[in-house]
Amino acid sequence: MGQKKVGFPMTLMYYLHYPLWKVFFEELGFEFITSIPTNKVILDEGVKVTVTDACVPIKLIHGHVLELKDRVDYILIPRMVNADREKNITFCPKFLGLPDMIRASIPDLPSIIDARVDRKSGRFYLFNACKGIGEQFDKPFMTILRAYRKAVSALKKFENLMEEKLLLPQEGIEVLFNDSPPETESPGDLNIAVLGYPYQVYDTYISADIVGNLRKMGVRVWSMEMVPYSTLKKYAGKLKKKLFWHLSNRVIWANYHYLNQPQIDGVIHVSAFACGPDAMVDKIMELECKQRNFPFLNITVDEHTGEGGVLTRLEAFLDMIRLRRGGA
Amino acid sequence: MKFSFPHMGTSHVAFKYLLENLGYEVINPPTPSKKTITLGARYSPEFACMPFKVLLGTYMEVLDKGAEAIVTSGGIGPCRAGFYGVLHEKILKDMGYDFKMIILDPPLYDIKEFFNTVSLLRPKKIGWRGFINVVKDSWAKLCALDEMEKEANLVRAYEVNKGDTTKKVNEIIEVIDAASTRKEIMGLQEKSISMLHEVPQNKLRKPLKIGLIGEIYVVIEPFMNYDIERLLGEMGVIVHRSIYVTEYTRHTIWDRKAEDYIKEAAKPYLELMIGGHGVNSVGETILYAQDGYDGVIQLAPFTCIPEIVSKSILVKVSEDYGIPVLTLHIDEQTGEAGIRTRIEAFLDLLHQKRSLSGKEGMAK
Repeated sequence: MGQKKVGFPMTLMYYLHYPLWKVFFEELGFEFITSIPTNKVILDEGVKVTVTDACVPIKLIHGHVLELKDRVDYILIPRMVNADREKNITFCPKFLGLPDMIRASIPDLPSIIDARVDRKSGRFYLFNACKGIGEQFDKPFMTILRAYRKAVSALKKFENLMEEKLLLPQEGIEVLFNDSPPETESPGDLNIAVLGYPYQVYDTYISADIVGNLRKMGVRVWSMEMVPYSTLKKYAGKLKKKLFWHLSNRVIWANYHYLNQPQIDGVIHVSAFACGPDAMVDKIMELECKQRNFPFLNITVDEHTGEGGVLTRLEAFLDMIRLRRGGA
Repeated sequence: MKFSFPHMGTSHVAFKYLLENLGYEVINPPTPSKKTITLGARYSPEFACMPFKVLLGTYMEVLDKGAEAIVTSGGIGPCRAGFYGVLHEKILKDMGYDFKMIILDPPLYDIKEFFNTVSLLRPKKIGWRGFINVVKDSWAKLCALDEMEKEANLVRAYEVNKGDTTKKVNEIIEVIDAASTRKEIMGLQEKSISMLHEVPQNKLRKPLKIGLIGEIYVVIEPFMNYDIERLLGEMGVIVHRSIYVTEYTRHTIWDRKAEDYIKEAAKPYLELMIGGHGVNSVGETILYAQDGYDGVIQLAPFTCIPEIVSKSILVKVSEDYGIPVLTLHIDEQTGEAGIRTRIEAFLDLLHQKRSLSGKEGMAK
């Protein structure tokens, strides 16, 4: 009997949890593969099967699942409920209903592993999710425990790489699994915080490679993953009421954090077309930056974003900052 | 201090009564109009949903009229609406308005906070007992309004002369608005229903039955949905609305278990609360199908997160249960003619379906 294959869409949670799931499933004896990076075909196929009003990330994951579905025996779509102990903070409702949504809109799927990741289930919430999966495949408890421990330590290493070595998720994954030494980044004359949901910012196709392009323009890019969660949480009291969504809170808090860092010259918020939470997040960030007279640029990406349009706006934004600096 | 609050269906009658009897001056929120939405949309984030924009527009209108405080509801998420009050305040203050925003979060979120906010509303000269009495009376008015609207939907489908019911409804609203003594208020429910029965009806008709589901604000506020209940009623359809202000309040504040049967029904399709009315939309569609309704219309504001999730699941529910579902997404560009055409086509389909299945005699 050959190894069973588990597929993981290379979007959404990929940028947060890939090392965890990869190590865990491989330890359990599965072959673990991802879908290919986003391209036009994935996007177009995703658009076809998704309800018209959905946001771009949801359309994308549908495309990624379609790309995977004939190549694997299982597809892993964790049901992301919660990653914070605070009450009333969850992931976006679309994440909560994601496995149900995908089952309803794509026919003939391989079986979906929809482990529930819920911080409220206790300190070992990730273990609870892993245990559920392991039991589904009749693995002995000790095997699950061993796999879980290795998986979590991989996740820790991954997070440390981002926080201490200041790597971006994709670079972190490269270093972790391919042992390729990270490219040392040239300092650049401008420091810009590029904030947004990881599956928007780092998906080079959908974001028109904002990060790569900024670097080419001599910018040192700062991300929200570089700030440890415990530091971010210090900014939780800044708003009258916390937002209800984990990732949105992270973006907002990172915004406050970078506003207080003297080396940062400006903030770019990458948001998705028709993203519900972003409508709120973006406005708050805009108002905060406006109050402090801090350069702020919003880039909304959708199915039709062209690289040209994005580049022009980035250039204009950087020119403006350089001008300001020269004049000051 | 001059108070105001959001406009939502007919509920302003009761809220006005509440605040006035607490001794505040009330600026009545105007019925939302094209102007409201234009104002609101100009200062809202592009992808905020329609309710956000309409509320922002309404607030600007009442603030221009001199309101100094706005009372609104909060929420616990994960639907965005729970955060709207906070963001509205931020945007309005950035625009230079000076006012006080009072946000009522459900007591389960933070019971202490809830009482603090409520006692903010209670003027010093009115004791708790008096305060509670005023709240009770306003609640009774709210209930009377809701019961009246429910009955109106039944009567309208049978009315002999088009428009009679709606005229009567407007009369009744005035009566409810005018009632001021406890005795009058307690009799309102009965009175309004008997007034509705004065409308001449043709009981020989066999109207279609349609369930109305979706996001609370677009379902309840007639301006948002082009008065769909009236539109359908006057086409001879019995409309059952799934959400009323009183039920919603009851279910979010003290009777959390009341909706369990809806969640139970939705469970095979959607396991988890996804906020807003997403789970309800799925569960209610199944229940409507089981109760022999002819169809379901889902109303959702453009970019509403929970309703998008339920919409994609409803396709499957509709197939499995054989109940037609029409989803209307509403944004600032929606026109009445478009809505009307789609509803007419939907009704034609339902009539056809009914005559094919020979169900004619069965419908009540």
